[in-house]
Amino acid sequence: MATITPKDVSHVANLARLEFDAEETQHFTEQLGRILDYIGKLNELDTEDVPPTSHIHPLQNITKPDVVKKSLSIDAVLENAPETAEGYFAVPRVIDTQSN
Amino acid sequence: MSLNQLTVHELHEKLKEREITAVELTESIYARIDEVEPSVKGYLTLTKTLALEQASNADVGFQNGNEMPPLAGIPIAIKDVICTKDVRTTCASKILSNFKPPYDATVMAKLQKQNAVMIGKTNMDEFAMGSSTENSAYQITHNPWDLETIPGGSSGGSAAVVAADSAICSLGSDTGGSIRQPAALCGVVGMKPTYGRISRYGLIAFASSLDQIGPFTKDVTDCALVLNAICGKDPLDSTSVDVPVPDFTESLINDVQGLRIGVPKEYFAEGLDAEVAELVHSAIQKLEQLGASLEEISLPHTDFAIATYYIIAPAEASANLARYDGVRYGYRTEEPVDLIDMYKKTRTEGFGQEVKRRIMLGTFALSAGYQDAYYRKAQKVRTLIKSDFDAAFEKVDVIATPTSPTPAFKIGERTADPLQMYLCDVMTTPASHAGLPGISVPCGYVKSGLPVGLQLLTPPFDEETLLRTAYTYQQNTDHHLKRPIIAKTEGKI
Repeated sequence: MATITPKDVSHVANLARLEFDAEETQHFTEQLGRILDYIGKLNELDTEDVPPTSHIHPLQNITKPDVVKKSLSIDAVLENAPETAEGYFAVPRVIDTQSN
Repeated sequence: MSLNQLTVHELHEKLKEREITAVELTESIYARIDEVEPSVKGYLTLTKTLALEQASNADVGFQNGNEMPPLAGIPIAIKDVICTKDVRTTCASKILSNFKPPYDATVMAKLQKQNAVMIGKTNMDEFAMGSSTENSAYQITHNPWDLETIPGGSSGGSAAVVAADSAICSLGSDTGGSIRQPAALCGVVGMKPTYGRISRYGLIAFASSLDQIGPFTKDVTDCALVLNAICGKDPLDSTSVDVPVPDFTESLINDVQGLRIGVPKEYFAEGLDAEVAELVHSAIQKLEQLGASLEEISLPHTDFAIATYYIIAPAEASANLARYDGVRYGYRTEEPVDLIDMYKKTRTEGFGQEVKRRIMLGTFALSAGYQDAYYRKAQKVRTLIKSDFDAAFEKVDVIATPTSPTPAFKIGERTADPLQMYLCDVMTTPASHAGLPGISVPCGYVKSGLPVGLQLLTPPFDEETLLRTAYTYQQNTDHHLKRPIIAKTEGKI
């Protein structure tokens, strides 16, 4: 298994939509490194022919009739939103209006 | 004994005979909360107005002479990971500090159907990630047996309030041991039922292939009563399993004659506290005296369960927690530059250290180039761990182990080293991987006075044998009857 570098931590943080300063990045690099070292013990096991378990019970797709049922009102859905506009969730501008 | 000290089944008799009212009972719980909460700090939110309303509704039923269900009028505390309609549900995270769910979890609807009384929402490790409840963004919960120690986690609040008699029973959730371990450390009964037994609808997701709701109670009879109320297939949770739900009180049989109990040698290896080992051994011998036969067994992949867990659970968590982005609910950062900046700042400001650590670990384990080496590898080892149990249950009916390698440790003792904290779960994660039901029952006290738990495990959907074994043990011992004396701590903590 691999060792983890500050560069990896920054990359993973970006994937996870988290931000760390240099000190925190160093801290996480060390901590995650130690945890991954411990996890490395899984390599002691030969799992070549072992099937993976993603779920404990045999799962299958469950379908339901395609009929309209009662759902939460828009007001109830928006009740917890930090910002709303005209019955929608509002977020900061995604596309710049000015080209630069 | 005051009302708040009694069990569900004792109180049900009194309510039915109309010796007491549910409102009196509820008042006695809040009086106890006033007395001990400043020391224990098990609750994040109290819902007294709602509780008194629910209690008086139950009283109307009793007064009319209706046949009332066993939980009618019974004060129950709910872990703050379970959605309660219009009642703040935080997951002990800053990111959900103002979240009021627009719907009830299925377990809440089922409790309401029985006219149970919700007392409040209990403290926990943030997003159920932790083994000591020290990862709460709000407060540290103290173990009622020794206020300088942790109550276990992640359902530490739910365990502590039952131990402190400031709830009659409670609900928690268990992903890698989060019911069983705090139950052991707080000297109460805690059960994680089989994965799929209870609907997870409205249980805020941590690791979806492992999470399961379950009860904390003062004895095994109460455990059966709460299970009766909350089990069953739910169309709103496609992973809940459509198997018949028995009347669990019929398993309350004081007899273990002929039962084969397996004692896995790997659970008594180095790292196990000597006093814990002795108490658990004598509990297992007690079951032998009562007619069970013992057999030493081996679960050879036990030692790999923690490493497997700390890939699978964070991987699932990193996906589940992607939803906290400041758009639809919860905390949002002030004045973000743009959308991506809003996501990043919201999450960075809203999540605590342990949650970030697990998101990072999980995102790494799923990232390009590492998925096979970590996530896929862990899933394969999960198969090996499950196969160990499958093989063992061909020879034995029940497996008996310690629940936790040590009694409760001091607050702050393990927070500096995440890996040390993760190793707390060494006895509980294996059964989680296999989806097995497990119960922890008090089996004695170490010299310092802290409680120790005996963990019993059975094959999937055999909660009945689990209850029968645990019930027999309690009928012939009195460890579960002992209650902590909670020190007054003004100015100390």
